Amino acid sequence: MSALRDIYLTSIRVSWLSQLQYRVGLAIWIVGLAIEPVVYLVVWTTVADAQGGSVGGFTRGAFAAYYIVWIVVRVMNIALTPWAFEERVQRGALSPMLLRPIHPFHVDLADFIAMKLVSLLILVPVIGVLVVLFDPSFQGGALDVALFAVATWTGFLMRFILVWALGLVTFWIVRIGAIFDLYFAVELLLSGRIVPIDLLPPWARTAAALLPFRWSFGFPIELALGRLDGVDAAIGFGMQAFWAAVGTGALVLLWRRGVRRYSAVGA
Amino acid sequence: MEVLRVASTYLRLNVLGELQYRVNFFVQLLQSVIAVATGLVALALVFRFTDDLKGWSPAELLVVMGVHVLVGGILQSMVQPNMQRLIEDVHEGTLDYVLTKPADAQALVSVRELRLWRAVDVLVGGVVVAWAAANLGHAVGGARALLFVAALALGALTLYSLWLILTASVFWIIRSGDLLELFMGVYQAGRWPVGIYPGWLRGILTFLIPVAFAVTLPAQVVARRLTPEALGVALVVTALALVAARLVFFAGLRRYAGASA
Repeated sequence: MSALRDIYLTSIRVSWLSQLQYRVGLAIWIVGLAIEPVVYLVVWTTVADAQGGSVGGFTRGAFAAYYIVWIVVRVMNIALTPWAFEERVQRGALSPMLLRPIHPFHVDLADFIAMKLVSLLILVPVIGVLVVLFDPSFQGGALDVALFAVATWTGFLMRFILVWALGLVTFWIVRIGAIFDLYFAVELLLSGRIVPIDLLPPWARTAAALLPFRWSFGFPIELALGRLDGVDAAIGFGMQAFWAAVGTGALVLLWRRGVRRYSAVGA
Repeated sequence: MEVLRVASTYLRLNVLGELQYRVNFFVQLLQSVIAVATGLVALALVFRFTDDLKGWSPAELLVVMGVHVLVGGILQSMVQPNMQRLIEDVHEGTLDYVLTKPADAQALVSVRELRLWRAVDVLVGGVVVAWAAANLGHAVGGARALLFVAALALGALTLYSLWLILTASVFWIIRSGDLLELFMGVYQAGRWPVGIYPGWLRGILTFLIPVAFAVTLPAQVVARRLTPEALGVALVVTALALVAARLVFFAGLRRYAGASA
């Protein structure tokens, strides 16, 4: 266990240093990322104005707060895409990773954790600018913010496991891009990314509660805005744990069977 | 006319290359349909609460979405792959092979690649526009359709120029892939009519990244919301963008040191 911890700490430090080399690139990329929530924010503010100030309990200020916290969650949600995994398998880039006496999952996870740390630093000024521009109203207290901080990391872990496991399907099906598209389209709609879950029709809200997507995206945002009570928060963390466990099971199983099917270039 | 001949040769080669992978057509079609369906659901969610977004009706917004998909298809099939290759060539010094050819360098780097199947989005977007136009409540005649195509061409040329300028930054800063990401991010904003954005943001969208000319303008033609002046302005902007792109690209080329440097 302590060996694994050392590996994580070292990988994180190495990745941190290399990410810092590309800080301008990261900064540009995060500014690009901020455009998406601003678009949603503008659309929903327009709708709220047309409806006399609020939609489904969301005022202008509440929408602004939602979509500003959105950016933090969006950055925290980023995981190794199945497309990247597909490319690894197709090009044989997985081979050197298999030679190392450590599961590639841990290498990737450490890499992404370091990337989050650098990104969060860059996010601070971006958020500052957006707060000045859009005048959000935050309702959450200190406890809400603390829970939010935890939920973004646990949500990231859950999503990272699920998406990594999804990438493993490439071992069996080579042209799989369309299936990934479907997964991420459902995620887009039922995670709270386009629109807060509360604004979805009832049946979609039920689906969102059962699927994992909301629990890594909308759930932390709602925590930060103080929209959830203790019971809701407990349910949220419970669902994260449940889906993380499901994902881990799938990951272990798929990896064990899949890696045997893998034949790299030249193998 | 030399340029046209070169372009059509590359076009033929690329089409022949892509035709070998016909299954990709269906994969791409599936992906396009998923993307459009997602967009439709997003529109439906907005219109659960209102039936008028800053004066745009559902059918009119659908036109905007269709044009966005259509223009996105043009960018992804014709512009993006060429710019990607330009970046790689500058990084690896293989741009030498372009520069030693006796043809215009800008024309060459702009026509080398074509992702035929990506152009499925042009079809899918066209279908959405046609379907939405049928629901507008007024007939869209032949003259208007021609004007629509003209507006599309202006928009596509403007976006091409802008993309070339961004890509040419690779001659000065090595990693310009992130700038292109930024461009695609801004392009996403074109899914909605530019008019709904607050003034400062509209300024950025209209003048820094002319999404407005590429997406909202053709949609306005179909929706009969266009003023003649706007088309004139678009003509001037497109011409300026093309000139600027050429100047920046050749300024960058002068900095290019080649493979052996």
